[in-house]
Amino acid sequence: MGKLLHNDAALAAVTRRGFLIGASAAGFAFGFTRSALAATADAAPAESAFEPTIWYSMDRDGIVTVNIIRAEMGQHVGTSCAQILADELEVDWANVRIKAVDTDPKWGLMVTGGSWSVWMTYPVFSHAGAAGRTALIEEGAKLLHTTPDKCMARNGAVVAGKRSVTYAEIVRRGGLARSYTADELDKMPVKPASERRLIGRQVPAIDIPSKTDGTAIYGIDARVEGMVYARPKLPPTRNGCKVKTIDDSAAKSVKGYLSSLAIEDPSDTVPGWVMVFAESYPAAIRAADLVTVDWDVDQASLVSEADIVAHGAQQIADPKGGAHVVDDKGVEEAFAAAKSTLDATYRTSSVLHAQLEPVNALAFEKDGIVEIHTGNQWQSLILPVLSKALALPPEKIVMRTYLLGGGFGRRLNGDYAVPAALATRALGKPVKMILTRADDMQFDSIRSPSIQTLRMAFDDGGNVTAMEHHASAGWPTLVMASGFMAKGADGQPYDQFAIAGADHWYDVGAQRVRALSNDMANRAFRPGWLRSVGPGWTNWAVESFMDEAAHKLGLDPVAFRLRMLNGKGRNAGSAPTAVGGALRQAAVLKRAAEKGGWGQTMPKDTGLGIATTFGQERDMPTWVSCVARVSVDRKTGFVKLEKLTLVADAGTVVDPDGALAQMQGAALWGASMALHEGSEFVKGRVKDSNLDTYTPLRMGDTPDIEVEFVASTEPPCGLGEPATTVVGPAIGNAIFAATGARLRDLPIRPAAVLEALRQS
Amino acid sequence: MATFQINGRAVTVDVDSDTPLLWVIRDDVGLTGTKFGCGIGMCGACTVHVGGRPTRSCITPVGSVDGAEVTTIEGLDPAGRHPLQKAWVDLQVPQCGYCQSGQIMQAAVLLKDFPEPTDQDIDAVMAGNLCRCMTYVRIREAIKQAAAELKETGAHG
Repeated sequence: MGKLLHNDAALAAVTRRGFLIGASAAGFAFGFTRSALAATADAAPAESAFEPTIWYSMDRDGIVTVNIIRAEMGQHVGTSCAQILADELEVDWANVRIKAVDTDPKWGLMVTGGSWSVWMTYPVFSHAGAAGRTALIEEGAKLLHTTPDKCMARNGAVVAGKRSVTYAEIVRRGGLARSYTADELDKMPVKPASERRLIGRQVPAIDIPSKTDGTAIYGIDARVEGMVYARPKLPPTRNGCKVKTIDDSAAKSVKGYLSSLAIEDPSDTVPGWVMVFAESYPAAIRAADLVTVDWDVDQASLVSEADIVAHGAQQIADPKGGAHVVDDKGVEEAFAAAKSTLDATYRTSSVLHAQLEPVNALAFEKDGIVEIHTGNQWQSLILPVLSKALALPPEKIVMRTYLLGGGFGRRLNGDYAVPAALATRALGKPVKMILTRADDMQFDSIRSPSIQTLRMAFDDGGNVTAMEHHASAGWPTLVMASGFMAKGADGQPYDQFAIAGADHWYDVGAQRVRALSNDMANRAFRPGWLRSVGPGWTNWAVESFMDEAAHKLGLDPVAFRLRMLNGKGRNAGSAPTAVGGALRQAAVLKRAAEKGGWGQTMPKDTGLGIATTFGQERDMPTWVSCVARVSVDRKTGFVKLEKLTLVADAGTVVDPDGALAQMQGAALWGASMALHEGSEFVKGRVKDSNLDTYTPLRMGDTPDIEVEFVASTEPPCGLGEPATTVVGPAIGNAIFAATGARLRDLPIRPAAVLEALRQS
Repeated sequence: MATFQINGRAVTVDVDSDTPLLWVIRDDVGLTGTKFGCGIGMCGACTVHVGGRPTRSCITPVGSVDGAEVTTIEGLDPAGRHPLQKAWVDLQVPQCGYCQSGQIMQAAVLLKDFPEPTDQDIDAVMAGNLCRCMTYVRIREAIKQAAAELKETGAHG
């Protein structure tokens, strides 16, 4: 609920504080005054402004400032959210600004993940924009001496026949004291799709120019006068280590070294961390190398990836345990009565985020408030943790969000804010903590290794009568946000983000999906959400398995899938966003096959593979299909990815070029995880410590990519991750098509290809 | 102590000569467009020009640039309108943007060495610049667009 000049005093206070900090930093303000992307508020609304909801204000010049609660991490989310609002409000795009907000509770749940941003913002901003338009039309009608029904809004003006009055003029007259309750907002008349003027139109992303000339300000660029630099000295394992002694005698030879401090953390977010302080960051790096710490070391230091996967295999072998996410009657009966069955097990290795900006945070205390300046994706998750760690009420802590040098889910876990905040309180000085790449990788919240077993039952006619999917992996949501977990058909809580995808839209008869929390993984490291999360591994299994099943039956993999994407029963889809259900998935599958040249004769050792998914979650399905073309060198096992053809139905595409960029990047993430990435957990830590051995896809590995969106006016669904989910299995299936070698583990290494070739 | 030119301006910094140039640029000179990614010269986010050549500033001791000319992304073009920067905006290349200063600095030298770069030239010269958002398709296109503009305007020295 908003009102005129809502929170004006608070805004002014923020501005003052921000301005003082900026001014004291000798010209290196961390505010981003030019394009308003960082945290400091620019200017409080003038005495006469229009602010019908908390989401935006309009000043006396008709400039609309849209408040963005989502993290800007490459998806140009501020631009697409503002497009939604400006379209309904009927303002000229040139008069739209965006502002990244602080963590005031009024903003509600602050999270940027799950490809949710546009999907979540669309109804809210549509209604908020419609409210403003309605109010402006009512007021404009008065000024034009007519009635609202004779007026319309266009380009920042209210028009009645040949007469018009601009929004700026209406605001200047100052008669716009409108506010709306949540219920009223929900009833605001949203325009029909045919009246959209900005949604679906390509606009330049607001954040891009500053990213080409060095002026963009990321968390790592935040600074404040008097700050000391810190690099953590990390314990051997993520959980359970305790500092016994610290010896910094060798570090004292480093010019600029200040001190070392064992962090006492009541929230247990960073157990055993030691902060090494110095006057410069290079001094902190060197000093931390020279500080020696003796820890009580956790038993996780004995755990390796093979142990975790073996534990998962045992969990799957035991019919008890886990949560039944889908639990139809008749699964046992169908398997007992089956003419034939198919079983296969798929594994995926640990994956690192390796976002290019290592995690970092600047923390300081000012006027009794602890401020944390950093890039973060889930402020609402880490604020209560900070509150516990600092023993401060939440209102005494504020986070100011900067541009993120890559998110990909790493910064959904805001763990790095905790040691910086604790250190500034202990030291009584501002602390700028940066992790080196090696530090960042050691305690990345990695994508857990996974193991999955799938089974399918067929009748005499080759029809699928039942399917089981058992998946074991570390559960990020259990470890970091257990309150968000869903409950299964059997009432058991489970991490829905770690199993989504297994609950697919195929009609497979009696279906069972069982999600197993790999407690050994949860204990050994802190599993994270990584671009596309569970669907990144569940679909590796589902879509590889569908290909195997089709070949077992001697059917074309596209035709086999289409038979099951029939839109019947629970796969019929439902409003608001899953309208059309499996039939929309069938449509993108057909279109991708057609566009990708499915059925064409290929050169020797070259093949096409296909895969299709619904992106992230059943209630926000982004229907996507991919055809991958690969060639395989039988001597070396090297797989060359030649081309990716993708088709997506994401409903309304708000920002077409941004959407295309997300499809391109997400697809290449899928390719990178399939062919170039993958780490291994070895004795309590990932084996890779930098980008010399951890090798994401580079320029020369990039295939041709073609992307097509299905034209649609249905509500928009997310695009940050869905393409990631289809590419891996499309590549695996293409390798099979090229050579007959079946790969069931990610990443696909040449040695594994050679081994599979021997077995084929 | 080291004295060098940065973006045409003489600076003297009182730091150990083995301090990486990257941190001197960011924290002593105060130009934060040059980024820290890996610290071992494997990602290219810290790329600047030293004497006109692309250089990974994270593994370059400041003592080694004593007397040299250093150019950062802030100094590539006085108005931020180098043909590469224009192409980067025109084709909406950056996503998170963190690597893009380094990409542009690397590409600027690529265009000097290979005014009409082939795909193979681009693959080879840009191989050391990681883009975690994987904007490679657009980086390639933008390099070609900038090359075409330079050819048209005859701007090569």
